[in-house]
Amino acid sequence: METSESIFVVIKKAILGFFHGFLPDWTVVIISILISVTAIVIFGPVTMMFLTWLERKVVGRIQNRYGPNRAGIFGLLQPIADGVKMLTKEDIVPRAADKVTHFLAPVIVVIPALLVFSVLPFGRGMAAVNLNVGLLFFLAVSTMSTIAIFMGSWGSRNKFSLLGGMRAVAQMVSYEIPMVMSVVPVILVTGSLSMVSIVEAQLGGKWFVLTPWGFFGAIVFFLCGVAEVNRTPFDLPEGESEIIAGFHTEYSGMKFALFYMAEFMSAFAIAGLTATLFFGGWDGPLLPSWLWFLVKSYAMIFIMIWFRGTLPRFRIDQLMGFAWKLLLPFALLNIFVAALWQMLPAPKNLIVSGIAEAVILVIVFFASRKDSPKKRTYVFAD
Amino acid sequence: MFGFGVLKGMSVTLWNFILSYVYPKKGITTVQYPEQKKEVEERFRNFPFLVYEGAPDNMRCVACDICSKECPPKCIYIIPEKDAQGRVQKKPATFDIDYAICMNCGICEEVCPFDAIFMDHEYELAEYERLSSLLYHKEDLLKPVEHFAKIRPTDYGRIEATRAAKGVKGRAQPVAGAPPKPAETQQSPPATS
Ligand code: SF4
Ligand code: SF4
Repeated sequence: METSESIFVVIKKAILGFFHGFLPDWTVVIISILISVTAIVIFGPVTMMFLTWLERKVVGRIQNRYGPNRAGIFGLLQPIADGVKMLTKEDIVPRAADKVTHFLAPVIVVIPALLVFSVLPFGRGMAAVNLNVGLLFFLAVSTMSTIAIFMGSWGSRNKFSLLGGMRAVAQMVSYEIPMVMSVVPVILVTGSLSMVSIVEAQLGGKWFVLTPWGFFGAIVFFLCGVAEVNRTPFDLPEGESEIIAGFHTEYSGMKFALFYMAEFMSAFAIAGLTATLFFGGWDGPLLPSWLWFLVKSYAMIFIMIWFRGTLPRFRIDQLMGFAWKLLLPFALLNIFVAALWQMLPAPKNLIVSGIAEAVILVIVFFASRKDSPKKRTYVFAD
Repeated sequence: MFGFGVLKGMSVTLWNFILSYVYPKKGITTVQYPEQKKEVEERFRNFPFLVYEGAPDNMRCVACDICSKECPPKCIYIIPEKDAQGRVQKKPATFDIDYAICMNCGICEEVCPFDAIFMDHEYELAEYERLSSLLYHKEDLLKPVEHFAKIRPTDYGRIEATRAAKGVKGRAQPVAGAPPKPAETQQSPPATS
């Protein structure tokens, strides 16, 4: 229990201790940084490979079929086969493309996807850096991928790419706002932006999702997160039935794989962040902390895949309406409920904030309903 | 109400997901092709074959050339056998069907007055080369009449009855009892999931 709990920390300490024997102190600091960086840089792509397999498997099961099962046992080698295929594919750059932008976009899109992993607490004492503005860092950096996506779409010089890029920017800017607003209650209650202290505030099963404001906040946050990483039903930027492949229409081979990789890594990061902010992060009984984190993150990922297997794509007006008319007012009012919860004494706050939440839900629901045009009646001449 | 349609849809897909694990028979409709094959229907038809009785020498075809004339894409090529004096025999020396051209119409079967050519159930005919390997010669086309009885028992029964009524000589010994059902081609599913 004790060793499995902190196995990664112990390994890192052991490696550092080994180098400490004959190297000066400042190199040990650098090695310590390198170890964390290497761990994250390996973890990201490996997760992405596993996620592609998982997604195809789960969607397959949802659609009454097996999914990949030929390469290796349970098709587990499928991502490797895909990777080899991607690497050996021809890299095509359109003649009219802006070569530099077109080349840089897939490189840049991976960077924020990897960077956000540095502040996620994977387990007890397993955050690569415990930034005191960790949450802000996460939100700020993850938004950077919008720029890369727009670079790719602009640099391709293709109408479909550009349409996809436009959609991506519009969607990401819209969903950023309710996303940040739905995180505010967490900051309000914990009084910290550091991910580690947010998890510590939930230790011992006091997960925020179990409170009224946390429950609805988690839903809003998760939906916004799904929209942020362009997954179904919010995958308008790459809606293949409308605009071919959206912003990555003109990408092939490894560049396309990088876009794909960034998408899956951000999906995992969003899942991990939801688990951290609302589901107690690595808090949980019996199992080691990092395993709890992975279990919760994969549960979130499963929900994302489940969405993908169920829901059709939004229309653009529905998408915008959903963000601005439903999620944003709800997230804003949720802050108010969280404040109530924080201010009132212990037994009363549950009832009061629960009732407030229900009232708000009803109000927002009725206020955001589309008023449908009156049913027309036709009078025929006799 | 708003949102409930989504929940309903989600429950359907979740149920599918669970069912595919707990009760794969109903939850999964995949036929794992190379290991597992679907049973073909009796009326399924693919490419023609020639019928012989007893020995491959004793074929029903009399080289009348009707099928080759009727074949829409003209993919049957027949040269009748000749004896030492050069008289034409009632037997093909060459009987070629180009499977690459045949369009599975089944007209050859319909027009043959001697019930000598029938459509087969064989469908795994892929080749790496498209000219000579898909040109089927007499030896490749000949199959015993029992094969026909096995794959299409109903048609076999009907055709044998009319042949008997017409008193055609040299028909096959009647198969004892009812014609057998088509063989079970479904194999046990492989262990992978
Ligand atoms: S298969 Fe039938 S139609 Fe064709 S040549 Fe032979 S006997 Fe005549
Ligand atoms: S099935 Fe049709 S196309 Fe094929 S050989 Fe017979 S008549 Fe010709």
